[in-house]
Amino acid sequence: MSLAKLTITQAYNGLKKKEFSALELCKAYLDRIKEKEKEVAAFLTVNEDLALLQAKKADDLISTGKMKSYLVGIPSAIKDIILVEGVRCTAGSKILENYIAPYDATVTKKLRSHNVVILGKTNLDEFAMGSSTENSAFKPTRNPHDLSRVPGGSSGGSAAAVAADECIFALGSDTGGSIRLPASFCGVVGLKPTYGAVSRYGLIAFASSLDQIGPITKTVEDCQIVFDAIKGKDEMDSTSVEIKSKVKSQKLEVNELKIGVPKEYFVKGIDPEVEKVIKEAIKKYEEFGVKIEEISLSHTEYALSAYYIINPSEASANLARYDGIKYGLSKARNQDSKNKSLLDVYFESRGEGFGPEVRRRIMLGTYSLSSGYYQAYYLRAQKVRTLVRNDFEKAFKKVEAIFTPVSPFLPFKIGERISDPLSMYLVDIYTASINLAGLPALSLPVGKVGNLPVGLQIIGKPFEENKILEIGKVFEKSWKP
Amino acid sequence: MIKREEVQHIAKLARLGITKKEEEKFTKELSSILDYIEKLKEVDISKIEPTSHSFKIENVMREDSLPSTLQTVLSRLKIERIKKILELMPETKNGYLKVKSILK
Repeated sequence: MSLAKLTITQAYNGLKKKEFSALELCKAYLDRIKEKEKEVAAFLTVNEDLALLQAKKADDLISTGKMKSYLVGIPSAIKDIILVEGVRCTAGSKILENYIAPYDATVTKKLRSHNVVILGKTNLDEFAMGSSTENSAFKPTRNPHDLSRVPGGSSGGSAAAVAADECIFALGSDTGGSIRLPASFCGVVGLKPTYGAVSRYGLIAFASSLDQIGPITKTVEDCQIVFDAIKGKDEMDSTSVEIKSKVKSQKLEVNELKIGVPKEYFVKGIDPEVEKVIKEAIKKYEEFGVKIEEISLSHTEYALSAYYIINPSEASANLARYDGIKYGLSKARNQDSKNKSLLDVYFESRGEGFGPEVRRRIMLGTYSLSSGYYQAYYLRAQKVRTLVRNDFEKAFKKVEAIFTPVSPFLPFKIGERISDPLSMYLVDIYTASINLAGLPALSLPVGKVGNLPVGLQIIGKPFEENKILEIGKVFEKSWKP
Repeated sequence: MIKREEVQHIAKLARLGITKKEEEKFTKELSSILDYIEKLKEVDISKIEPTSHSFKIENVMREDSLPSTLQTVLSRLKIERIKKILELMPETKNGYLKVKSILK
């Protein structure tokens, strides 16, 4: 048995039956990382020492027979925008190249309490801005299914690491599709939880009303395990909430399920091969007994425009903190700095530290929020956001979940879209509206075109993560890539 | 549809140092993105309230006293942690963050 091919539940069983130790498991993954990184480039930092230490601790716990969690000793990876105390956290940016996290994110703390092994930090588009991981200031990550193609983004490193068996699961963050898109492109499972389901404390802020942390895993069951471990209200994030409803305990009656398919998601622009795979998956659900109903989300075509005002606006405000004064890359310490004004330090530190896409969004956001344009752009976008949310609310009166493709495109070639920002933004067209509405959504691998994976997006009502996960399991049982 | 002078002005507002070449690039790129966003003008938004968060966010209130939670926060901020934060600062003096003078 290859240790580096396991799911969480398989590894748990192996550890429990003492077929292998957590240390052996950890070493197997560290070896695997050494072998695969030359091709995939999923990691920005590998913390061998920390991982081995955590694995030894997990073994101590296992030897006492106290395995309270499925996650004890499970090798994981964390997107490099989530803080792990004492470990460098770059957000994929030169401006944080030497930033050592002074504390743990809440999700990190929660994983530590389950005795998870943290192998390292994964690559991403700079400050999670992008759909391909090419915007990383350090290196592009490659899609393990085709090394000439992108893994999707912005959590491309996390998805590629799971797909290449460089870890058993990973955490990502999703602002407009950044978990779901790379999960779809890499053929793994990704969950964007409901806004507020998971604490954002210690997640480097990008667009605060849209950001959520979520798991990227090999199976839906694993996804559920990780989500259960990281969710919950946190006093350090006032937008976090406790999930009350527990769909998990209810048995899902497939025959009673009614799932909507929005007609606006199957229009000109979608790759016909992607459409075919998605339609086949939906048909399969019908064969299982699910009732499929066409629905309308009438403001779909405006959602992306609203998103690309709200997102950069929030980003430009959040990124104001990188000023070269408090932490991060600074031009205040230069030899000729005596002659420099405070303003020069701002301009030069930010001018050098931020990469092209981050600059673009800061410019776009500052423009949308600036005097004279606020009403025409930002306020208008927020009103359209209301309409987008209303569309979903209306739809969820008729159906219990919604099926759409994750992206209209297959994983594209590295370099194909990077020079045309708008063509890159269009990759998010099916995912961004879900963040505007704050809903949970799962990316589930449901087929392939050649060797390129295609993901189905399953959108749920607020805080019904468990229902969409159960719906995902129905398909997963019948299909293995 | 966005002018070069506007790009310069926005960069200044954003405290972002950009090169002459970038001014040109942004003028083109931002115009094409803004053209795409123009689509929003087709939507009737009269009588629609704006949404800033997808769910109602409520203020979290507490007594104006040192709560136990804050005490926990403070106790967590031990010397060790303060040291770590100081280490991340570009310039410090006597345990304080050093900032360029703003008054001449």
